[in-house]
Amino acid sequence: MAEKFLEVKNISKSFAGVHALDDVSFEVRKGEIHCLVGENGSGKSTMIKIIAGVYEPDEGEIIISGKSYKRLHPIDTIREGIQIIYQDFSLFPNFTVAENIALNKQLSENRKFFHKKEAQQVARAALESINIKMDLDSLVGTMSVADKQLIAISRALLQDAKLIIMDEPTTALTGREVKSLFKVINDLKARGISTMFVSHKLNEVLEIADRTMVFRNGKKIIDADAKEFDQSKMVYYMTGRKIESDSYDFGDQNKSGTPLLSLNNLSSTGRFKDVSFDLYKQEVIGVTGLLGSGRTELALALFGINPADKGSIQIEGKAVKINNPQDALKHGIGYVPEDRLTEGLFLEHSIGNNIVVSIVNKLLSKIGLIDKNTKQKEIDTWVKDLSIKTDSADNPAKSLSGGNQQRVVLAKWLASNPRMLILNGPTVGVDIGSKSELHEIIKRLAGEGLGVLVMSDDIPELLHICNRILLMRGGKIVDEFQASQITENELAEKLAEG
Amino acid sequence: MKKFLRTNEFYVAVILILLCVFIGIKSPVFFSLQNVFDLLRSSITMGIFAMGTLIVIISGGFDVSFTAIAVSSMYITIKILFAINYEGSFLVALIISALIGLLMGLINASIIGFFRIPTLIATLGTQSLFHGFLLFFIGSKYINNVPDGMLRFSRSNLITTVTPTGAITGLQSGILILVAVVIVVYLLLRFTMIGRNIFAIGGSREAAERSGINVIRTQFFIYGFVGMLAGIGGIIHGAHYKQGNPFDLVGTELNTIAAVVLGGALVTGGRGTVLGTLLGVALVVVMNNSLILIGVPSEWQKVVLGIILIIGTGIPAYQNMQAAKRVKTNLAE
Repeated sequence: MAEKFLEVKNISKSFAGVHALDDVSFEVRKGEIHCLVGENGSGKSTMIKIIAGVYEPDEGEIIISGKSYKRLHPIDTIREGIQIIYQDFSLFPNFTVAENIALNKQLSENRKFFHKKEAQQVARAALESINIKMDLDSLVGTMSVADKQLIAISRALLQDAKLIIMDEPTTALTGREVKSLFKVINDLKARGISTMFVSHKLNEVLEIADRTMVFRNGKKIIDADAKEFDQSKMVYYMTGRKIESDSYDFGDQNKSGTPLLSLNNLSSTGRFKDVSFDLYKQEVIGVTGLLGSGRTELALALFGINPADKGSIQIEGKAVKINNPQDALKHGIGYVPEDRLTEGLFLEHSIGNNIVVSIVNKLLSKIGLIDKNTKQKEIDTWVKDLSIKTDSADNPAKSLSGGNQQRVVLAKWLASNPRMLILNGPTVGVDIGSKSELHEIIKRLAGEGLGVLVMSDDIPELLHICNRILLMRGGKIVDEFQASQITENELAEKLAEG
Repeated sequence: MKKFLRTNEFYVAVILILLCVFIGIKSPVFFSLQNVFDLLRSSITMGIFAMGTLIVIISGGFDVSFTAIAVSSMYITIKILFAINYEGSFLVALIISALIGLLMGLINASIIGFFRIPTLIATLGTQSLFHGFLLFFIGSKYINNVPDGMLRFSRSNLITTVTPTGAITGLQSGILILVAVVIVVYLLLRFTMIGRNIFAIGGSREAAERSGINVIRTQFFIYGFVGMLAGIGGIIHGAHYKQGNPFDLVGTELNTIAAVVLGGALVTGGRGTVLGTLLGVALVVVMNNSLILIGVPSEWQKVVLGIILIIGTGIPAYQNMQAAKRVKTNLAE
């Protein structure tokens, strides 16, 4: 076995009396790919921040290369060769690739002067060391997430990194990009550089890990060789309970009659082209495709944010025009956006106000003021119906976890009594326990008569909640599958093609 | 080259040339040596202020207090020199004014750095503070005379010619100070790590902190330096007009900011060039001084400035929008 590089011993940390980390110990060996998984709030980020030197632990010690620290300062962490790649990469959008990669090295060498040529040499060498070619003079702000990640990794390597900690590195990557990231991580391993891979995407962890540990409620639940895990075991350790999921059974009984929504050669220049399909009551249709395939654009068009310019939309047999979100609302279409934090919620406002925001005019009393009792009744119904976990609906929406925030967005739409819901990435950033509960809610709602359109590239999710899946590529629908007749692997392959 | 055609610098240069040709055709006086010298002389103070504003805007900040700093430094310096009856070199006046400006800049920096107040709000406050302090404690009387050193400086010319009408005209030597400031700022932004830090903070303050850049120290440098430039600009302005007017300059800061923004500096920070800023200054100076030559009433100069500001910043923004659309079209076809 390779020698130990990092050893964390009996670390505890509390915030305002709440144990964020409780007596956690583990070790990372040289050249090891060590995965850390856990739900939101399990203590993953607190652990990263303690290793980064941002937080001071209450108890315990950290031993790096044989040297013991009671607390680390950011500069110690860097000197010991630990580099952290945060989710936002901490890159400068206004700098070129070369300038970004070289900056930290120049800073740590305490340079006074900057030379463009030298920065380019340094950057080229760093990118070559992970076998990547990139235009050194491109502005980072214009590059893809995957490229930004590679830039952040090569920047980390320049600082003589011995351990690179990646916080949720694959959140915004497509399947193929994840593959090439894994190749880079494996190359690093061959050079004796350890990686700590923090994630809640279990299939990725199963693929890459040498060793895996699971955190739950601030405690390390298990820490073992990766071979000993499979998906259901990991879910069990993460949530403390078994989660089972059946696919959605829609049957064909409702397919007779008028479809709820019918699209005919719907096109929007530069976004998508000739999209046609029917959505029936009680049906859940998944629309998948890689980033840029047009699935989000289609959702935005159906909700009237970027209206389509050709083709027709029929709702229950009647041709309609959807030119803005008000039209969509009028026709009973609800939309849960991809980024609920900026598009779907008023984070500072109370949970209750968020739920009733789209139906305020139904709550008015005779004199035009909001009737408090009606409002409270409405709020209570939804908090209970969607089991939103909170002490009080008066708390601000930002106090909720991702999964519960998503339920508030759902509640907001359901309160307006829609005929049809468009969900864009309904469980992005939601942890696994909440995710399966959300899936059950979606299936239940469809069972009660709603038509649902799910835009997602989460393959297990699509197979669990949809009865039909449409595959988009380059703005067109290129294939259609029955969810019950395709496996995860087959769908993943179809998705990656082209 | 293609890249250059899409920069702000290019558009500002085109607008500037068109404007000059247009004015020149309507009024040939525009291209006379005397007018060119006059224009250059008028560019000196605004050019120096603009260099400071450029640095602040690149760092993602906004400084509206520099005019108050300039007028305070200038007025206090003149008072000091009269009080001690100093009649020597202009250099002394320049240094005193620069130091007063530096001090006020550091006050800005302390407020911005330690209390983390948004820069625009902080400098709005200090503009009022500095100017009020000047009027109340130092004096609000107009001084219609300046010390000998400043007088000699304002009369000194690099090149002199005789105009057809027999008057003597020349290129004011203050232009040398502007050139020096431009070179210093160019080198600072292009070749030093402090320049990198300024761009980095403007690009992403959080990333800068995580990379180990000392943001507060950098802000002290920025606002101190800008204060100093304001002091230098202020005393030159006083010398040019041969007067100490405590009500001067304050209120004209938007002209300078407009020039910098026209020159392509991004108001959200992280981008801006010395060349673009100089072109922006030239454009604003030509408009402020020469539209009158072709009979445009002075009230209309503001309207024209506004229109050019909107067009000058609107074209690149529109192009970016088009570029973004183009990327998506490729995907769908």
